[in-house]
Formats: sequence, structure tokens, C-alpha cells
Amino acid sequence: MALKPLLRATFLLAGTLLLAPLFAQQEEPHEAPAAEAHAVAAAHDEHGTEGEAKKFDAGKLIMEHIADEHGWHIAGEGHGSIVLPLPVIIYDTQRGLSLFSSSRFDHGHAAYDGYKLEEGRIVAVDASGAIDEAATANIWDLSITKNVASLMLVMVILLVMFIGVARAYARRPGQAPKGLQSLMEPIILFVRDDVAKSAIGAHKYARFMPYLLTVFFLIFFANLLGLIPFIPGGANVTGNIAITLTLAMITFLIVTFNGNKHYWHHIFAMPGVPAWVLIILTPVEVLGMFLKPFVLMIRLFANITAGHIIALSFFSLIFVFGATSAAAGYGVSVVSLAFTVFMTFLELLVAFIQAYVFTFLSAMYIGAALEENHEHKESLV
Amino acid sequence: MFLASLVEPAFGLIFWMTLSFGIVFFLLAKFAWKPILNSLREREKSIEDAISEARKAREEMAGLKASNEELMRQARAERELLLKDARDIRDKEIAEAKTKAKAEADALLGRAREDIRNEKNAAITEVKNQVAELSVQIAERILKEKLGDAAAQKALVDKVMNEADLRRS
Repeated sequence: MALKPLLRATFLLAGTLLLAPLFAQQEEPHEAPAAEAHAVAAAHDEHGTEGEAKKFDAGKLIMEHIADEHGWHIAGEGHGSIVLPLPVIIYDTQRGLSLFSSSRFDHGHAAYDGYKLEEGRIVAVDASGAIDEAATANIWDLSITKNVASLMLVMVILLVMFIGVARAYARRPGQAPKGLQSLMEPIILFVRDDVAKSAIGAHKYARFMPYLLTVFFLIFFANLLGLIPFIPGGANVTGNIAITLTLAMITFLIVTFNGNKHYWHHIFAMPGVPAWVLIILTPVEVLGMFLKPFVLMIRLFANITAGHIIALSFFSLIFVFGATSAAAGYGVSVVSLAFTVFMTFLELLVAFIQAYVFTFLSAMYIGAALEENHEHKESLV
Repeated sequence: MFLASLVEPAFGLIFWMTLSFGIVFFLLAKFAWKPILNSLREREKSIEDAISEARKAREEMAGLKASNEELMRQARAERELLLKDARDIRDKEIAEAKTKAKAEADALLGRAREDIRNEKNAAITEVKNQVAELSVQIAERILKEKLGDAAAQKALVDKVMNEADLRRS
């Protein structure tokens, strides 16, 4: 295998690992005041009504932005906020399917049709308005949430963009790329040559190209869209564990179903290893089989979520200081803005790197499952 | 609570993600990736073909040039050979002509010398004969005049000598 792509991948991975503590370090000092503010706000707002909800709660704000929500928050707070209502779809094993607008919940203050929004989660309520846990267990929430809507937007962008690019190829066969086509071609070639060919091998890579390209561009575009602070961006799609779980699961299934004899042999009976070592090694290898997609899931989730938390923390800082004195708020805003601009540039890089890392590692795992290792065959004999 | 919702995968999102990913994957694979990758491969192949063709053409040109040079070299060598032959022939002819001319000249000279010798011999014989005849005539006159004195003898000799025209053969 070529050495260069391997080195590059190692560098990127090392970079990702080195950046992680940096994120953590930057996060902590700002999380602390945020938490303090939360505590202060909570103390003031013990029996807080909407009128008093002027107190700034950074922790709550950050978490709300990172978590998924029913309805797409645009501006404002509480009753006065502007929210794009999204469809709520609930399948209740007892009551069947119900579909209504998320605006019916009135930001979690009203129950509708026996359902209520409680801290971002749909629960069943009885006639008196108390939460009915038994009925809640029957609920399957299939709502088009902010993340689902954002995901669908990304999917539509992907479809329009790449079917358009494919048309450009059909229209101008054999000619140099033009416009969007020339923007996308180097990235497609990068995924093909530096990811698929180097990790899977020049003979078998073609079968996995559609998956790798789809995953790469989905993650990349979702990451970029997440960097836009207002609608249609701002959703934390790739920083949502459900999304990364699904992607990692697909990679896991592809790897598992494409594993050849050699791959399974390697897991359950590592060639050239004494039998007593296998007692230890085989459980480790089996664990590794599941650990690989698990790490894929966590890495993407954590990296993107961390980026969102940092950007929001910097902005929260302005309001935390602003709460003590207006001058401090304005003073901090300059610093915060500078840091956020820097972080956004870093996040642009991270958006590409994480898409690359996810795709490259998926390709590596697929490559490992398909590998015909001749060295071990020799050691078997 | 919020943290828990952050790391707890929501069922709805997994459902929609799986569904939309499946549909988009199918559509992209069929209508985008396949034609894009095919066109890229075709274009790369055509570029590769063009490059290899150009290389082949260049090699052919180089071969042609080499063979041209070889031909030129052969032609030049042949010309040299021809020129040399011509020069040799010319030299030989000149030499032959010289030899022949010399031989002829020698022959002519020999003949001339022979003639001269013959003429000389004839002349000498003539002179000898005349001298002999004169001597005889002189002797005859002397004897006839009965020579008295030395002066008379001398005058006689002179007279005879004057009469004798040596130049007339």
C-alpha cells in the first residue's frame, strides 16, 4: 500500500486527538461561568414566570441549541419567539398515528391531543395535565424535528447538486469540468484516489464508491450547514448521536457483510498465535469489531458538538458579562467575536477533516474486511 | 436531563436518517455517482490513450529521423566512394596517357637520333671520300706541276685548297 496516504491519515488522526484536549481546555473556563450563570438564573427563576425569564441562562441556551427540537427556533424567547413550526408525527401503540403542527404545543406550555412537550421530549398526559409514564412508553416519536428537517435539506442539496453535476458530465463528455462540476471534481477524485483506492485497494474500491461519496458529502455539507448560525443552518445534525449512530451502523453492516474468510479467521482465530493466547485475543478482536463503529460514532458526534458548544460559549460570555454591567458586556463582545471568528475558521477545517476521517476510517475497515493477506497464509503453512 | 438527551439517540431521528439516507443513497448512486465516476474514468482513459499515442508518435518520429540520418549517411558514403573511384580512374588515365606520350616521344626521339646518326655517318663518309678525292687530286696536281720550290709548292697547295670547296659535298 502506498505510504503517503497512510502517513497523511496518521497525521490527521493525531491532529484530531491533539485538538480534542484543546477543545476541552477552552471549553472548561467558559463552561464554568455558564454553569454559574445557570445556577444564578435558576436561583432567581425558582418560580419564574415568562415575564421574569429575562435572566440569561447560558447552559440552558447552549444545550437547547445543541439538542434537537420540535419546531425550528428563529429568534426571540418564550411566547414572543419566532419559531418555524414543524410537523409532529406520533405513533402510539394504543392510539395509532397522529399528526399535527408543533406550534400546537405552544413552546411546551400547552398539551394537545393528550400529548405535551416536556423538556424537548413528547410525553403523554392525562386529562388533568399530569404526565402519564405508562402511556408515554407507548409513544414512538417520528416528528420532523429541527435535525430531521435540516437533514432533509442537506439530502435535497446533495441530490440537486450532484445530479446537476452528473448532468454536466453527460452534457460535456470528455471535456474539462466547468462551474460547480470543477468545484466538486477534485473532492470526488480525492475521495476516490486518496480514500477509497488507498484504503480498499485499486481492484475492489469501485463497489464502495457510492457509499463513501454519499457519506463524505453528507457529513461535509451537514457540518457546513451547521456552521451557519441562523435558519436554514444552525442545526447540530452531525453532532447528534442518532445521526452518527446510523452512519456508523451502516459502515458496520457493510464491513460485516463484506468480511471475507480471512477477516473472520483473523477475528476468531488469529493465525500464527498460540491457542492459549487466543482465549484472550479473540474476545478483544470481537470487541474491536464493535468498537470500531462505536468510535466512528463518538468521534464525529463529539467533534461537531464541541465546535458548537465553543462558539455558543463565546457568545454566551457576552451576555453573562453584560448581566453584571453593560460596559463589560460590550468589552467582552470584541474578544468573543474575535475568538468566534477564529473558531469558525477552525470549524470549517474540522467540517472537512471530520468528513474525511469518517469516510477514510470506514474505507479502512472495509479494506480490512476485504484484504487477502498473503503473509498470514504463509505463516499458516 | 439535557445532557442525557444529547447522548441518547432519538428513535425518530434514527428512523428518518435511515429512511432518507437509504433513498438519497439509492438516487445518488444511480443518477449521480455512477455517471460521474464513469465519465471521470472515460476521460482519464481518453487522456491516457492520447498520451500513449503521442508517445508512440514521438517514438515513430524519432525512428524515422534515425533512419533518415542513416540513409543520408549511406548516401554520403556512396558519394565519397564514387568520387574516389572517379578520381582514381582519372589519375590512372592521366598516368597512362603520360606513359604513352613519353613512350611515343622516346620513340620519336630515338628515330630522330637514328636519322641524325645516319646522316652524320653519311656526311662523314662523304667528307672522307671528298678528302680522299681531294688528297688524290692534290697529290695528282703536285705531281703534275713538278714542284720546284717551296713557294711554288705553297702556292699550289693554297690554290688547290681554294679550289676545293669543302662546303660543297
